[in-house]
Amino acid sequence: MNLPRTAQSLGLVGCRTCGRVSPAGTPACPHCGSHFHSRDAELQTVWAWLIAGFICYIPANLYPMLVTQTLTSAKAENTIVNGVIELLKHHEYAVAGIVFFASVIVPIGKFLAIAFLGLSLQRHATLSSHRRHKLLHIVEFIGRWSMIDVFVVAILSSLVQLGAVAQIHPGPAAILFALSVVFTMRAAQCFDPRLIWEKDDGSLK
Amino acid sequence: MTVNQAESLPSLDRLLACPSCGLLHQDIVTPVGKRARCQRCHRVLFFPRRRALARISALALTEAILMIAAVFFPFLTINVGGHTHQSSIFETALSFSQGLMIPLAALVLVMIILLPPLRIAALFYTIAPLKRNLPPRPRARAALRFVEATEPWSMVEIYVVGAVVALIKVAGIAAVSLGPAFWAFSALVVVLTFKDNLMCYWTVWRLIDPQAPRSQA
Ligand SMILES: [Zn+2]
Ligand SMILES: [Zn+2]
Repeated sequence: MNLPRTAQSLGLVGCRTCGRVSPAGTPACPHCGSHFHSRDAELQTVWAWLIAGFICYIPANLYPMLVTQTLTSAKAENTIVNGVIELLKHHEYAVAGIVFFASVIVPIGKFLAIAFLGLSLQRHATLSSHRRHKLLHIVEFIGRWSMIDVFVVAILSSLVQLGAVAQIHPGPAAILFALSVVFTMRAAQCFDPRLIWEKDDGSLK
Repeated sequence: MTVNQAESLPSLDRLLACPSCGLLHQDIVTPVGKRARCQRCHRVLFFPRRRALARISALALTEAILMIAAVFFPFLTINVGGHTHQSSIFETALSFSQGLMIPLAALVLVMIILLPPLRIAALFYTIAPLKRNLPPRPRARAALRFVEATEPWSMVEIYVVGAVVALIKVAGIAAVSLGPAFWAFSALVVVLTFKDNLMCYWTVWRLIDPQAPRSQA
């Protein structure tokens, strides 16, 4: 049986971990121990993580991700986008596509999507709650995959250590990009999807 | 049925709120093998499976064995004109261990080597007594919260795809052979997927909570 009412509208608070319901104002879920956060603080946290992620993302694209040194060629420093172009030159179209998607499309899409979802709570939303909820779900699900490029750099730098023949080292962009992924993952996780639905059913002021 | 503010609310122990949209559901009963979804946002709330606890334990044990193999065996070996270099999964994380990169080495260690076994151990701790119908362990709630909260941060499957991309990138300059750790990690991804398809957190939360409504097996 289903009550077409939300926990919030009945002065209750639902736990996002175990689903159990407590009276509003309870600091932590008595059933699983999760802490409850105030809704306003939550949205501010989302913005803070998102901005931190964006601040790291810009230099992550300007600094080299990978520094390659081989016998035959001079020291080459590749940024994220250069790495993709390099793959295209070697006709590795599928891998170039994967890296481009994970390192460029996903991060930019994520910034836009979370910012759009945050703003949609303040003004009239152009997308239904269903669609916006789905968008948040996709952002949470796909966002982690941006770490691919960081792992590629880690594997290449530890593997290609062949003295004078060839050496690969990580560039400063690796840590900046990893931080950007972590921060935006936190932004998506802190975004409470119930805010989207509450605005729709009028219980959010 | 609509509940008005004026009407008396059913006991809080009979209610569950959808974690995605907050909609209240009363006395959810989910037959084994079926899924219970939220009526409004369609998020899956329960998906109990037959003998789930026993099968999850078996898969978690398999994961633990694969994890040991993955960490201690060689991962990849590279060969260029007689120069050979071998690297383990542990060493790939440590490739960031100089200067400003040290935090990144720590992050990769946590995501690839630390979290997977910790999550396996915490899951064992939580469900082992439940499987034998014993009362839950004292720290079971914290352990299950840890398992659930760290799920997105355990990145074994992403690492394996990263390894494949790395292989294709070096293929032009060197011959690379795959070590046992590569296959162990790939198998781990498969086992993790099977386990995630069995792991219904709300069913386990119900089993842990002594006051939870026992409307379902
Ligand atoms: Zn709870
Ligand atoms: Zn829902």
